Amino acid sequence: MSEIKVTVRLFASLRESVGRERVDIALPSGAAAADAWSAIPGVEPLPPTGTRYAVNGDWAAADQHLHDGDELALILPVSGG
Amino acid sequence: MTYLHRDLLQLAELLATVSDPEHGGNCLFSGSTRREAASEDVRALIYEADEDLAEREIGRIIEEARERFGARAAAQHRLGRVEAGEVSVAVASSAPHRDNAFLACRYLIDEIKSRVPIWKQAEFADGRTRWDDGRTG
Repeated sequence: MSEIKVTVRLFASLRESVGRERVDIALPSGAAAADAWSAIPGVEPLPPTGTRYAVNGDWAAADQHLHDGDELALILPVSGG
Repeated sequence: MTYLHRDLLQLAELLATVSDPEHGGNCLFSGSTRREAASEDVRALIYEADEDLAEREIGRIIEEARERFGARAAAQHRLGRVEAGEVSVAVASSAPHRDNAFLACRYLIDEIKSRVPIWKQAEFADGRTRWDDGRTG
């Protein structure tokens, strides 16, 4: 099975848990945005309800397929203001 | 950066940006950091964003407010450390009449709080910190 490499950008408590602002991960070819969560070492197995995704700077659905070299942002539920 | 600021927000300047001689209704809303959260004493809030995505999302919300309410609209949000009592977010709108100015202002703040990728971490008086981002523990 072929693999793709994706850079994941991390924010807030997720950034602190991992200790880095970005982490490179390998995923099976055909993986979706939401699949990245389980490939990040040291975090709980499922993202919080309401987590969103952005791929290469644009909003993306959780089931959007990733491609080799993509940059994925994990957007935890927000609390601005 | 257009909408995200690390320094004190300037409310009068923000309101002036939506001034329009054809608009008779002007509305300004600002949100400030509360000293108390869940009965705990908050010293400051520290804001963090996906800055590029946040800038574009605020821009989209402003455009939506213009289209929906025929309003002029503007917004600013703080990043970094905001002491208790300081303004962390401000939105301004103007429209020909006050009804749409109010509606646009409400739309701006509600959409910013629910959509824009900005997170806050509370820093308590005893030095503990806690992110408000949907994760537990």
